[in-house]
Amino acid sequence: MTMLQGFQIALHALRLNPLRSFLTMLGIVIGVASIVTVFAIGSGAQLRLQEQIRSIGANVLMITPGAVYQGGVRLKDGSKLTMTESDVQAILEQIPEIQAAAGSIAGTAQVIHESKNWNTTINGTTTGHFMVRDWQLAAGRYFSGTEEAGAGKVVILGSTVARELFAPGDDPIGAQIRIMKVPLEVVGVLDRKGPAQDDVAFVPLSTAKLRFLGSASNINRDSVAYIIAKVAADGQMAGARSEIESLLRQRHRVPAGQEDDFKVQDPAAAMEAQQGAIRTVALLLVAIASVSLLVGGISIMNVMIVSVTERTREIGIRRALGGRMRDIRLQFLCEALVLCLLGGAIGVAGGITLSMTVARMAGWITSIDGEAIGLALVFSIATGLIFGFYPAHKASRLSPIEALKTE
Amino acid sequence: MTAPLPLISLRSVSRTYRTDGVAVAAVRNVSFDIAQGEIVAVMGPSGSGKSTLMNMIGLLDLPSEGEVHLEGANVAELSEDRRSSLRARSIGFVFQSYNLLARHNAIENVALPLVYGGISRKARLARAEQSLQAVGMLHRAHHFPRQLSGGEQQRVAIARALIASPLIVLADEPTGALDSRTGAEILALFAALNRTGQTIVMITHDPGIATQCRRTIRLHDGELVSDETLVPLLPKRSAVS
Ligand SMILES: Nc1ncnc2c1ncn2[C@@H]1O[C@H](COP(=O)(O)OP(=O)(O)OP(=O)(O)O)[C@@H](O)[C@H]1O
Ligand SMILES: [Mg+2]
Repeated sequence: MTMLQGFQIALHALRLNPLRSFLTMLGIVIGVASIVTVFAIGSGAQLRLQEQIRSIGANVLMITPGAVYQGGVRLKDGSKLTMTESDVQAILEQIPEIQAAAGSIAGTAQVIHESKNWNTTINGTTTGHFMVRDWQLAAGRYFSGTEEAGAGKVVILGSTVARELFAPGDDPIGAQIRIMKVPLEVVGVLDRKGPAQDDVAFVPLSTAKLRFLGSASNINRDSVAYIIAKVAADGQMAGARSEIESLLRQRHRVPAGQEDDFKVQDPAAAMEAQQGAIRTVALLLVAIASVSLLVGGISIMNVMIVSVTERTREIGIRRALGGRMRDIRLQFLCEALVLCLLGGAIGVAGGITLSMTVARMAGWITSIDGEAIGLALVFSIATGLIFGFYPAHKASRLSPIEALKTE
Repeated sequence: MTAPLPLISLRSVSRTYRTDGVAVAAVRNVSFDIAQGEIVAVMGPSGSGKSTLMNMIGLLDLPSEGEVHLEGANVAELSEDRRSSLRARSIGFVFQSYNLLARHNAIENVALPLVYGGISRKARLARAEQSLQAVGMLHRAHHFPRQLSGGEQQRVAIARALIASPLIVLADEPTGALDSRTGAEILALFAALNRTGQTIVMITHDPGIATQCRRTIRLHDGELVSDETLVPLLPKRSAVS
């Protein structure tokens, strides 16, 4: 008897009892569907992180406000903007490893072009920002020195904003848009960097302060919300970091022993750590889902044992008609395999549906890769072989004479 | 000139079952030969060891003592797989309770031994049709066993036993579950098959049936008590000591 015949006999047997066959494979269906879903969500989260890491740029340090003390009371981190434009200047001038640096303040606002409008992040910064992030222009130019110094009414658009405000073929460069009633000329459109990064509009730092945020009470004319700085080489990250720390402690007159009023972070490293954490959680969830696969396997073994008992006479007949022990074993093994493979296939389909639903409803990015599907199918084949073997072996060992005597 | 090699040869065959330390000798020291083309009735009271004997001839069981030879080969020396393959190609079983697979139709049941003989599906079905034709059941080829009468099921079972052109057909009370008229029809079928040269061994309780077979072997308590050939076809050889 060939493998193909084994599968034919198995399909024939399973078709006779579709409900029972389906219930038998339900555990596998659920197990495989959970594995595929967990993988899809996990690798989606990783993709998102990788995109963020890429979009920050290589060898970038980020300096954000830290602990603030007012009369000995520690306030929440970032509750006061402690960094200034002169800090940026000092970092650039005094730390040789720093190639570029820029301060930013940011908020969200409605951006309007003729009849179209779009809500996006407004980032007030200097051209250095694009240097730090290795962010090229798709069209136009960066801010000029005059525009940066004199609160020029100019804007550089991220590709998402450009797409939302301008019809295809409509050149944004030179067009007038309005942000908070201020008319601005589009001087540049940036390259794509990733969906989460491209939804932004940049204006000169001075423009943002003077025209948009001028009245905000916690802004003094010199302060910025955060600073990003680019270190020349990968090996200099740690050194540059401690130099920035000591420079800023000195400039901010942080007394010895007191916490810094700023934090220097390596966002790429932090995200890589986060990525590791996501991987761990995903593996844990896969392990939990595998338990369901295990339960599914046991249920298949159980049903197969019952089926062997029910069909003892059939086994006797097949043996009498010339079926070898291995033919009987193959027949029942094929049945278990078909159950597992079918369950696996339904599970994969279910997992894909489920993860797409999750993606739509929760707004998460999910990513289904062939690897996860392959793994799930390998798991189900393994389950079929492991849990199908014992009943199949048992069936093959039945004495044909005894088997023929059973009712 | 030497006598032709017997198809089946039993030499001092015994079969003892051991259950919970109690030994039951189902067959004791039985010897006989069956030649090509014979039709043999095996008779004896219930429990006398007929089925046990038949299982050994059919390679489903091995003797505890003595030897069973099929075409000169000691079957105990063959591997389990080899014995299975021989069952597929050289032995045709017919049972009292038909033993058709309920979930397969007549033609699939008939073709089953060829599945284990490694024959292609097309060839299997073609030969199954011939076989069904031979027992007059071709018009029921796609019926399931439950849609057939007892006599019809037994005809399908006989078609299945014949499909591989076996050396020998072994029938264990083939008419036992049938009324006398249907039984007679089945018997006529066996007689017709035997006229074409098919070797048949048939267990029966019915003396009327036995008289229609040229040779009758009688068992009692596992022992062979008589081996009579009414019209000798071959020179009688001493098989019983
Ligand atoms: N598996 C077994 N274990 C123990 N004893 C057995 C077994 N099979 C058969 N026997 C015994 O062997 C003896 C012969 O049994 P067998 O089935 O060969 O009789 P039989 O002549 O075919 O009877 P019947 O006409 O009722 O079918 C009986 O006494 C029976 O109890
Ligand atoms: Mg019997």
